Amino acid sequence: MKLELLDQATIVFSSRSANEGFARAAAACFAARLDPTLDELADVKTAVSEAVTNAIVHAYPDRLGKVTMRLRLYAGNILEVQIKDAGVGIPDVEKAREPLYTTGNEERSGMGFTIMESFMDSLKVRSAVGKGTAVTMRKRFARRTGAAG
Amino acid sequence: MPITVTGERGALTAALSGEIDHHGAKAMMNELGELIARRLPRHLVLDLSGVTFMDSSGIAVLLRALREMNRLGGSLRVTSIPAQARRVLDAAGVGRLITLD
Repeated sequence: MKLELLDQATIVFSSRSANEGFARAAAACFAARLDPTLDELADVKTAVSEAVTNAIVHAYPDRLGKVTMRLRLYAGNILEVQIKDAGVGIPDVEKAREPLYTTGNEERSGMGFTIMESFMDSLKVRSAVGKGTAVTMRKRFARRTGAAG
Repeated sequence: MPITVTGERGALTAALSGEIDHHGAKAMMNELGELIARRLPRHLVLDLSGVTFMDSSGIAVLLRALREMNRLGGSLRVTSIPAQARRVLDAAGVGRLITLD
């Protein structure tokens, strides 16, 4: 289905963990124009946090790199968030998406993709080893009085 | 780190607060680990009422606390879970491993 793009914003930041909170707040701020409920906003923040943490922890294991967050607003109250890196890539995306699978240390739970999937309506992962990964998520917000889009 | 401890050795309550993401999880894990090693509680209650945001990094923090309490032969309970954290824990099925009130 071809969606009508209404607006977009792109933010590029370094793969420092302090930017996890920044990315969550920025995504929530962009989504605010959809007049979301607190639960919808919390869902977006949580999914963004997981995707950005993946980029910071896994894409650039031993160096700082760039993480790009592209936010898009489509007609029909649809928010799309894409988190892209130019890091090491994921050799086996299917395996990476399985619950509890992690290549990280004990600070990771292996539930990131599971949470992204359950908090957003759709999740697409494209990855190429040595080139990077792009995670694209969409969520349709309940239409409420006064909401744009 | 924002951890407030109350109670006796028998039943210790640690109240976590703030945003628990990957950025802050390691420090929180270490602080909880030190608390458990120092106080050797039989029952540990983690009070999440002050947690304003939590992602899967928070799950790792809880699982680490669970492992350490299991090692001591003690129990772990998580209480006063805010709605957002509850949705994260439910999505990951953490209730099968840890008692969530």
